[in-house]
Amino acid sequence: MTAAASTPAAPVVSAALRIRGLRVTAGPLELISGVDLDLAPGERVGLIGESGSGKTLTALALLGLLPEGVHSQGEVRLHGGANLIDLPERAWAQVRGPGLAMVFQEPMSALNPTMRVGRQVEEALLLHDSGTRRVGDGGRAAAQSRTLELLSDVRLPDPAEIARAYPHQLSGGQRQRVMLAIALANDPQVLLCDEPTTGLDVTVQAQLLDLIVSGAAQRGSSLLFITHDLAVLATVCSRVLVMYGGRVVETGPVSAVLRTPHHRYTAGLLDSSDLDRFRDRARLPTIPGSVPAAGEFPDGCVFRTRCAAATEACHTEPPWTGTQQHGYACWHPLDPAGSGDEGSTP
Amino acid sequence: MTAAAVELVDVTRIYHRPRTSVRTAAAPVVALDRVSLTIAAGSRFGIVGESGSGKTTLLRLLAGLDQPTSGNVRVAGHDLAGRSARRLRELRQDLQMVFQDPYGSLDPRMRVRNLITEPIWDAPSTERAARLRELLDAVGLGPESGDRYPHQFSGGQRQRICIARALAPRPKLLLADEPVSALDVSVRAQVLNLLADVVQANGLTLVLVSHDLSVVRRVCDTVAVLHHGELVELGPVEQIYDAPQHPYTRRLVAAVPTLAGALAGIDAQQLAATAASAGADPTDDPAERRDWEG
Amino acid sequence: MSASAALTRRTRSRRGWDPAALVGAVLVSIVVVAALVSFVWTPYDPTLVGAGPRLAGPDTSHLLGTDRLGRDVFSQLLVGARTTVFVGVVAVGIAAAVGVPLGMVAGMGPRWLGQSVLRFNDVLLAFPALLLAVMFGAVYGASTLTAMIAIGIATVPSFARLTWSGTRQVLTTDYAMAARLAGRGPLSIALRHVLPNVSGLLLVQASVGFAIAVLAEAGLSYLGFGTAPPTPSWGRMLQEAAEVASVAPLLSVWPAAAIAVAVLGFNLLGDGLRDRFDPRLERRS
Repeated sequence: MTAAASTPAAPVVSAALRIRGLRVTAGPLELISGVDLDLAPGERVGLIGESGSGKTLTALALLGLLPEGVHSQGEVRLHGGANLIDLPERAWAQVRGPGLAMVFQEPMSALNPTMRVGRQVEEALLLHDSGTRRVGDGGRAAAQSRTLELLSDVRLPDPAEIARAYPHQLSGGQRQRVMLAIALANDPQVLLCDEPTTGLDVTVQAQLLDLIVSGAAQRGSSLLFITHDLAVLATVCSRVLVMYGGRVVETGPVSAVLRTPHHRYTAGLLDSSDLDRFRDRARLPTIPGSVPAAGEFPDGCVFRTRCAAATEACHTEPPWTGTQQHGYACWHPLDPAGSGDEGSTP
Repeated sequence: MTAAAVELVDVTRIYHRPRTSVRTAAAPVVALDRVSLTIAAGSRFGIVGESGSGKTTLLRLLAGLDQPTSGNVRVAGHDLAGRSARRLRELRQDLQMVFQDPYGSLDPRMRVRNLITEPIWDAPSTERAARLRELLDAVGLGPESGDRYPHQFSGGQRQRICIARALAPRPKLLLADEPVSALDVSVRAQVLNLLADVVQANGLTLVLVSHDLSVVRRVCDTVAVLHHGELVELGPVEQIYDAPQHPYTRRLVAAVPTLAGALAGIDAQQLAATAASAGADPTDDPAERRDWEG
Repeated sequence: MSASAALTRRTRSRRGWDPAALVGAVLVSIVVVAALVSFVWTPYDPTLVGAGPRLAGPDTSHLLGTDRLGRDVFSQLLVGARTTVFVGVVAVGIAAAVGVPLGMVAGMGPRWLGQSVLRFNDVLLAFPALLLAVMFGAVYGASTLTAMIAIGIATVPSFARLTWSGTRQVLTTDYAMAARLAGRGPLSIALRHVLPNVSGLLLVQASVGFAIAVLAEAGLSYLGFGTAPPTPSWGRMLQEAAEVASVAPLLSVWPAAAIAVAVLGFNLLGDGLRDRFDPRLERRS
């Protein structure tokens, strides 16, 4: 519930996205608890987690797209606007697109297979009149030319030909560029990306990451980037939220958290995922066990069943240490003295 | 000095796609184009490539699950071409495989006990039971795991089951197709360690296919780089990573984001720019149509 | 989305038996129990003409009344259930016994074999089942058995087709490939991997086939090509009741309701069984 006990120095001005006490439940199961986040305009924040950490559910909750039987509580506001948690479905149409836009992991299922991709971009524009407003005079023609602009913005060669193609005729990387063009079509205040490059080749990934960052920067959009890949996150984002078992266990500037992690989980993740860090043939450090299924995480500290440092104290939920911008929830943190020092470079 | 575990001589595999037009036949797909390479017995051989590179086709040919259009595949000195199904089955006893998807490679309707001992199904039941205990222990699963079904395990545990199954007939050659790409980051290291352990302990020859360069670098000593069905570079793993020769390899190495690099200030723009300038390759249009699946 | 996938798995497994499946099981057991009871006891001999007054409404001596010949309707329904169960078992049995192996051979054999089986299948599928049954009845004499053999043969293609597509799908999986690498021959792959994994599909198809057979028998009996008199059959009861529908409308309600109960019951039960026997939906421990 109370991940951030106090938020003394947090700028209260106008966060592009403000999340307070976000909680997602399915019947008796609590899948996400107490997620707090302030996303400044233009800021790029990464959400890292493994399967079952609740990172994708967080994104779906922000977009009001939770599956049936799954409910969210708390506070989610764009630029101090209405609370999106209570928003009726009719009102969502005006938020998705110009407010929040999303790039999904699997572009093939996010695009309509029976529609030419150009039409799908146009539709995103026409739904919110962005195409016509921008060009000045109304109609499909304006949307069409804006579509070609958007497709060439994501550096698709020969946009006119791509616009005439169906999704299955494109490569995975091309489809993801089209998805990005659709997401950026209405200049969203916040761009959500859920594992946008998983499954893509590394060369394509590098190009797409560049497009995501530059596309968001051109529009002044804030970016919430969800991934399981620490290197990708560090390349794209300036701040990181580490999620495990539906909770934020550590947060702070990327350079601070990934250099000197305090939470045991963050440290374990860093050790076991960075295959290049240990160059000799020594065994890789590992986190024992496996990620529990959703809703089967232990009470108290969610990581205690896999943590080497766990003690009796860990049966109660650890308090949040540090600020909302840079802190962690762990009874036995690594390097506790260094907390707050290295990250305090705004 | 060391015998060759696997030899490929001028192997080409062409797929004919079903026609989609009445008038013209679909263009054939050249999944592998005159690939020749030798894998020494006892080596850990990595095959790196992106989607459509032909790496999966190559693995299927080695496993005898597919036949080359032309050229020869020799495993342990035996030519796989023209073998009867029965003879091929005998040869396969020496060769086992770990698949990419730990969810799809275990029959959901079978108990783990039967899954692991499937490759030694013709052994007496007491021998099977003894081997099962050994294998479960070797991959770090409890003896009670045998009675359960695959869906009761997490992805990492399932991959352990797959490794146990592959080891059951005491193979000489272990093929691994993207063995960790579907796993959680915190579990990936466990499985890589296990893989290294079993290769070491059983003196296996390992052929590991991956799109992830850091995985290959971690586990293998020799690496082959495939691109559009062609073998573009082959050599000791450190040499390929530190001084890639072919433009494609250079680009591949440069495009991988690393934590150290990112913390040193390489952002997305720089990463893309470095990758693009590392190896310009006119034959590789990044925006080409998706013709290269499988 | 693995989080919500895990979620679905949990909520489904917690539920145990699906309520719809329970309803199906109850309906099917009513039919089966009625059939079994009819062997040892019926209120009256169902073929006894003049067991009561003609076209009597329901009362204490005749629970569901009597038909135009004064036969007891309840007794006829009980014995009719026997015919219904017999019909379903024979028709589905024939269809599955021929269709499943045929589909598996087509799916696992060489391409030309698969294609020829499928084409033959399509021809058979295009031939109307009822017409086949009428032809059989004309040649071999109308009886429950000939009608059911004809219905069984006519539903072979749907089993074969379904088994074929299921087999093709299983063969593309990694676990089928792993079985080949394990040195398993085609027959043991078929029995150990393919059959268990297509059984869920087949179970649904069997329950649908059962329902179709029951309906077909009723239809054929109605036309006079099914169960020959005096053996009671729900279809023939319906036909006879139709002739006096203006005088005794209730008389057609009983057999119609019985047919509906049987058909609905088998459909619901089939769906439930498919979920029940899928180990993937069991609780993860």
